[in-house]
Amino acid sequence: MKTENQRGWLFVLPVLILVAFNALVPLMTVVNYSVQETFGDNLFFWHGVGWFEDVLRSDRFHAALGRQALFTFTILLIEVPLGVAIALAMPRKGFWVSVCLVLMALPLLIPWNVVGAMWNIFTLPDIGLLGYFMNHVLGIDYNMTQSPLAAWVTIIVMDVWHWTSLVVLLAYAGLISIPEAYYQAAKIDGASNWAVFRYIQLPKMKRVLTIAVLLRFMDSFNIYTEPFVLTGGGPGNSTTLLSIDLVKVALGQFDLGIAAAMSLIYFAFTLLVSWLFYTIMTRNEQ
Amino acid sequence: MAKITLDKLRHSYLPNPAGPDDFALKQIDLDWTDGGAYALLGPSGCGKTTLLNIISGLLTPSHGRVLFDGQDVTHLPPDRRNIAQVFQFPVIYDTMTVYDNLAFPLRNRGVDEARVDARVREIAAMLELEDRLAMRASNLSPDNKQKISMGRGLVREDVNVIMFDEPLTVIDPELKWRLRSKLKELHQRIAVTMIYVTHDQTEALTFADQVVVMQLGEVVQIGTPVELFERPQHTFVGHFIGSPGMNILPVEVDGGVARFAGHAVQLEGPIVRQGDRTEIGVRPEYVRLADSGIPATVRKAADIGRYTVVETMVGDHVVNAITDRLPPAPGARVFLHFEPSQTRLYADGWIATEVWK
Amino acid sequence: MTLELRNVTKRVGADTHIHETSLRLEPGEFNILLGATNAGKSTLIKLMAGLEKPTSGEIRVDGENVTGLSPQKRNISLVHQFFINYPHMTVFDNIASPLRVAGIPKSEIAGRVEQAADILQLRPMLHRRPDELSGGQQQRCALARAIVKESKAIFLDEPLANLDYKLREELREQLPDLLAGRGTVIVYATSEPTEALLLGGRTALVHEGRIVQFGPTTEIYHNPANQLSATVFSDPPVNLAPVVKRGNRIELAGGHGWTVEGAVAAIPDGAYTVGVRPHFVSPVPVHERTVPIRGVVRITELSGSESVAHFEMGGHVWVSLSPGVHAYKVGEEHEFYMAPEHCFYFGENGDLVIKGDADG
Repeated sequence: MKTENQRGWLFVLPVLILVAFNALVPLMTVVNYSVQETFGDNLFFWHGVGWFEDVLRSDRFHAALGRQALFTFTILLIEVPLGVAIALAMPRKGFWVSVCLVLMALPLLIPWNVVGAMWNIFTLPDIGLLGYFMNHVLGIDYNMTQSPLAAWVTIIVMDVWHWTSLVVLLAYAGLISIPEAYYQAAKIDGASNWAVFRYIQLPKMKRVLTIAVLLRFMDSFNIYTEPFVLTGGGPGNSTTLLSIDLVKVALGQFDLGIAAAMSLIYFAFTLLVSWLFYTIMTRNEQ
Repeated sequence: MAKITLDKLRHSYLPNPAGPDDFALKQIDLDWTDGGAYALLGPSGCGKTTLLNIISGLLTPSHGRVLFDGQDVTHLPPDRRNIAQVFQFPVIYDTMTVYDNLAFPLRNRGVDEARVDARVREIAAMLELEDRLAMRASNLSPDNKQKISMGRGLVREDVNVIMFDEPLTVIDPELKWRLRSKLKELHQRIAVTMIYVTHDQTEALTFADQVVVMQLGEVVQIGTPVELFERPQHTFVGHFIGSPGMNILPVEVDGGVARFAGHAVQLEGPIVRQGDRTEIGVRPEYVRLADSGIPATVRKAADIGRYTVVETMVGDHVVNAITDRLPPAPGARVFLHFEPSQTRLYADGWIATEVWK
Repeated sequence: MTLELRNVTKRVGADTHIHETSLRLEPGEFNILLGATNAGKSTLIKLMAGLEKPTSGEIRVDGENVTGLSPQKRNISLVHQFFINYPHMTVFDNIASPLRVAGIPKSEIAGRVEQAADILQLRPMLHRRPDELSGGQQQRCALARAIVKESKAIFLDEPLANLDYKLREELREQLPDLLAGRGTVIVYATSEPTEALLLGGRTALVHEGRIVQFGPTTEIYHNPANQLSATVFSDPPVNLAPVVKRGNRIELAGGHGWTVEGAVAAIPDGAYTVGVRPHFVSPVPVHERTVPIRGVVRITELSGSESVAHFEMGGHVWVSLSPGVHAYKVGEEHEFYMAPEHCFYFGENGDLVIKGDADG
């Protein structure tokens, strides 16, 4: 086995170095902060798991986590079925395919902070198109700087508007890869449209949907820019999601130890849920 | 079960077909009796799959009618024609068990569970799938998956016709044999009309009682395997059927005598038609290496086990002969003898001799 | 050049894809790998081509160890079962691509591409793109790409499997002429016994990751080393049935039997498995010496020139294949004639003990 070519490992080296610099080193810094106490002047004192205990017992953290879970759960519940439904309704061939695909891709091309700013202006009660329409035409009292409900509805609608396309595109890719023979066989077997969806389209889309749900879960769980620009976490703390809260602690109050502990718990949580989800979704394969 | 009639059937994929070249299927008139085994045979693009899809209802023909037992079904969708189809690549419902796959067409039609169970078990036994009923269909080998596709057609008692679209493409040769025999056996047991589409002459001839040979959207000949083999009506059939195909050799006809490379060739009977292009057709099985006859040079010989194919050259023309004796070495000079009763004349591609009465 | 596998194995995780294999391939003639799907033919080709690395053992070219060398450095060509061409290039550019990669001067490329295109009758299609071609033409384009550069080895992995029957026949006819006389090692994988016989050359029978037998194609067809060889290299499947030998008598289940002489009579008494190819079992006595056997006909097939009958005898299904048209009645008993001179006698371990016509 001496002749075996070991050079292959060299090619992986640059990636390892890159990963080390942009992920491992910052992560280790965070780990370092999370177990120490500092009062500035670069003086650090060992604090053990104290910060972790504080965070896990804190009502503020529980509340932010609860809001985060509610947000993620709600948008998944809306975006996945809606995305699949739109994908099913899209044409499979002809001129309209490219038109639909471009339309679908548009929201994905807009930068996060622009989306937040856009919706902020859009919903202003006096001059925003939506805000004005709701308040002055429909007569519904809609002001997201005052009503937590309005704020919640707005960030959810915004996220659905921004990200459903991703689910649509993935589901569509899954759909068009199904050979025509499957539909023909189902027709001949007398299957209803529902049966075609349940036994052909859904199983064949499963892989891409797994990816779609994972991506949407991770993205929405880490969401920061759009709601921050839109509501700034308010009114009150009503839309202060985990990442917004984290930034408030770290930059607003400069509690680096607490913030670091929060980050690590947050990170572990995301990792755990993603892993659990992936394992369950792919359990039945092979 | 039903008798199938194709009445002046034509099909074009273009909205306004002008000439005959615009038609994927040129005019076809056919009558297929109930319970027969039929094959549509031809090369890729000959229109056989188009014809199959018209019969199954996946495609509506642009002209003409399709009748099942005299009833016009031209515009009926597939699920209302009571047909079944097996595709080139096995279509199975991945998430279901073998049992549920087989039960699917019956459950969709509201058949009661007791009856479903009885039918599924009966068909599974015929297909030798009874041990695998509880397995997930996606974990099976390709031949077993293809058996499930067949089974979904067979479970239905009301089925008019089962159609096979090159069903053995993805199956290994050894299993191909077994599956083909199984299919033949099933047809012999439950006499449902079966239509088998393929480009593989062996599959078509071994399966069917009657074979429809197609080329460029046209039916060239309809006949039993023996008729197609022994007396092809067209040089295309002669060339397409048989391995190697019929030797088709240009001849000059002069005063009722056909001459190939200057040698008079005795034909099966009198010449009844004339044409611009005249050829004789004789199968390699009926070309004998003899002591006298047409001189030829052996180019190569392939021992394919049960016989040897000898490729000879007469001038620029290749003439294949089949022999079960030890073949002469390449380069050897031999004489070819064409069996007169199996040597036919073709004028412009179509048969031009008659058998002596 | 010569290509040699020395004690090569390939394991992936807990699965052994190739058991210890040694094989030496010479240039100039077809080396056929014959076996069912997943038997290991493609893995062997990938190992030889350097696309995969053996778990142990060596691959040698002209005696030089090339085991770790990448395929790019080996000067080889590979034609796959699926028609693999560059979709965005014309046929000309497709064929020219290996020459361009090899840095052949531009002035020389056009001539060589046209030469390859002529051999494969692609001249009129040089400026079309692959998706405008039929399946046969696409595969000819892939073949042209393989022959245009003078590679040391050409690997063909079931190149005709996805083509129409007649087209397959034509290309198969042309292939030996096309590749012969280049001093190239040619390796051709197929799952069809008839294809192997038509191509000739030498054949390696591959079964479950092992090479069961390797030798000149017709020779190993006529002289299988063991029961597995006879089974793998047989289309339709070889008939196998247990027999008992007592003195000069061979007894088959169902009261059938025959007498043997000479070398066959001299093998020890006991249980054997007899193998006889379907064309040596016919409904009329055509061979010089025959043994009548009776069985109930289960399935009949007629392929125009040949008749096939599956019949049941002594609990085994036998297959008879004979030229001409024979009328059988399904479900009835028929008499068949087996040629004992063409029987193989296999011992209990499956190895060939003796062939029926050992005396000549």
